[in-house]
Amino acid sequence: MNARTVTDDLTPLRSAPTAGALLSVDGVSVRLGGRVVLDDIRFEVRPGEFTGLIGSNGAGKTTLLRVVLGLQQPSGGTVRLAAGSDGRRARIGYVPQKVLLEPDVPLRARDVVALGLDGHRLGMAWPSRRRTALVDEMLAAVDATRFADARVGELSGGEQQRVLIAHALVGRPDLLLLDEPLANLDLGSAHEVVGLLSRIAREQGIAVLLTAHEMNPLLPVMDRVVYLAEGRAATGSTDEVITSPVLSRLYRHHVDVIRVQGRVLVVVGDQTDPHDEVPSTVDSHGRSDVVD
Amino acid sequence: MDSLLHHVFQPGFFSTQEVRTALIVGGVVAVVSGVVGVFTVLRGQSFAGHSLADVGTTGGSGAFLVGASPLLGFLVFTLAGAGAMELIGIRRARGRDLATGIVLGVSLGVSALFLYWDTTVHNTSGATMTILFGSIFAISTSTVPVAAVLSAVSLAAIVVVYRPLLLASVDADMAAARGVRVRLIGLVYLATLAIAVGLSAITIGSILSTALLIGPAATVVRVTRRPGLAMLLAALLGVLLTWLGVLLAYDSYTWPPAHHGWPVSFLVVALIFAAYLVVEVSTGLGAWRRNRRLERAVSGDRVEVAG
Repeated sequence: MNARTVTDDLTPLRSAPTAGALLSVDGVSVRLGGRVVLDDIRFEVRPGEFTGLIGSNGAGKTTLLRVVLGLQQPSGGTVRLAAGSDGRRARIGYVPQKVLLEPDVPLRARDVVALGLDGHRLGMAWPSRRRTALVDEMLAAVDATRFADARVGELSGGEQQRVLIAHALVGRPDLLLLDEPLANLDLGSAHEVVGLLSRIAREQGIAVLLTAHEMNPLLPVMDRVVYLAEGRAATGSTDEVITSPVLSRLYRHHVDVIRVQGRVLVVVGDQTDPHDEVPSTVDSHGRSDVVD
Repeated sequence: MDSLLHHVFQPGFFSTQEVRTALIVGGVVAVVSGVVGVFTVLRGQSFAGHSLADVGTTGGSGAFLVGASPLLGFLVFTLAGAGAMELIGIRRARGRDLATGIVLGVSLGVSALFLYWDTTVHNTSGATMTILFGSIFAISTSTVPVAAVLSAVSLAAIVVVYRPLLLASVDADMAAARGVRVRLIGLVYLATLAIAVGLSAITIGSILSTALLIGPAATVVRVTRRPGLAMLLAALLGVLLTWLGVLLAYDSYTWPPAHHGWPVSFLVVALIFAAYLVVEVSTGLGAWRRNRRLERAVSGDRVEVAG
């Protein structure tokens, strides 16, 4: 198959580099052990914008996030971070999917949030009223006051998520990166977290970039979608990207996009036979919707 | 009252040079072990701690063989072992345990060889006991300043890297995103771990040094949720138990029936285990009682509603 032509088919969806971009990912490619994980990924994130990095497991979402964070060196392309609101280099807040701590580890939720404030500084922190107030305020903002003094290892996935978001936000980032923040949550909690994040993006002008394999909870809030498949990306508004022609070009075979009651179902045809008219596999975006 | 005190602190306890040295070095070592131990528990690296102890055994037995100071042998090898673990383990996150296991196996094998030579070639039959299980009453006074300086250095290092180390222990990527140099901070921590384990080796022995590292820390994390307070309490508990062990060992020469004297290492480790057990059982009981009360309250409500 000629990858170049197919990639070029996606060109109309790439926006030209603009001056107002906070983050620009320009032609990023990553090869791990000879395998092409990401191929010529381009997208931009503007201040206060909500961007969803959508793709099924193994599509390269986490790798792309690690490239943006500077934890993974791309084999090609560049990642540029503009100056933040205060003129300094833009700050990134990072929320991992989960932190692995034993239940009896002596570390309270508020300690983790405080580490977001000054965890990079050397020495021990002197307790100060200002510090405590900032931490309390952030815990309240993510609705985590109830378990502020609980051990982090004892919190549920959703509770931990809130604490980690507070940790990332308390450092006043310009860009908030979240790795699968909805993966461990039930539908109700997922909607709450999405609401919280979109409010933060709007009110504080913080750009949000998150990865997800399930895009439906994000549809109402996403300004931009970066859809990853086969190591390549289609970028634009959801209406531009989540269409049968664009996703078919991305997946390199026929994809149906079905809209039911405001939800989107992406049905990917049989991988072995691109001419198969009857879809034989439903990928993870669709499956939970069918169940719902 | 006076006679009881006289019984507890028997004649010569405070005036004997060996006891004084044991109390000073034992106390200083317990402070470092307690503080570093909390991070070991936090990072879930007690296996790495124990492996460093085994590596230290090789160094101690080797030093004995060439007539060098065992403390020097312990420290050189625990520090080298920490460096080796870091180097082997970096390529794969999940390779760390395997790498540690490999270093451990090889080093204990070499210790067996060194200890065999120590006892046969050099005819020093006490070497095995001294290296593996310590001889706190035989520490020379010249060791005191060395132990004090090393302890001060590693405590200072822990204080300096405290916040980034705590953050990196929560999640390495989160720390890296915040601009923390995770590898460097991790290496500083491993160095303090190596020093803590090397120092404990001269007091309660290289094999048992993990007990002093993990024991007090594992005990205090049951009673406090604050990392800073946990370090303070672990240090205090470690010092208290070490001193109590030294005292009991001194007194044990008068214990019936044999009047032989009990080894300090055994007494310290037994006390650590007892403390852990007491706290574990009492916190467990507390949780059980709370649950019972809660269940009763809930079932009481149900009865009222039904009535």
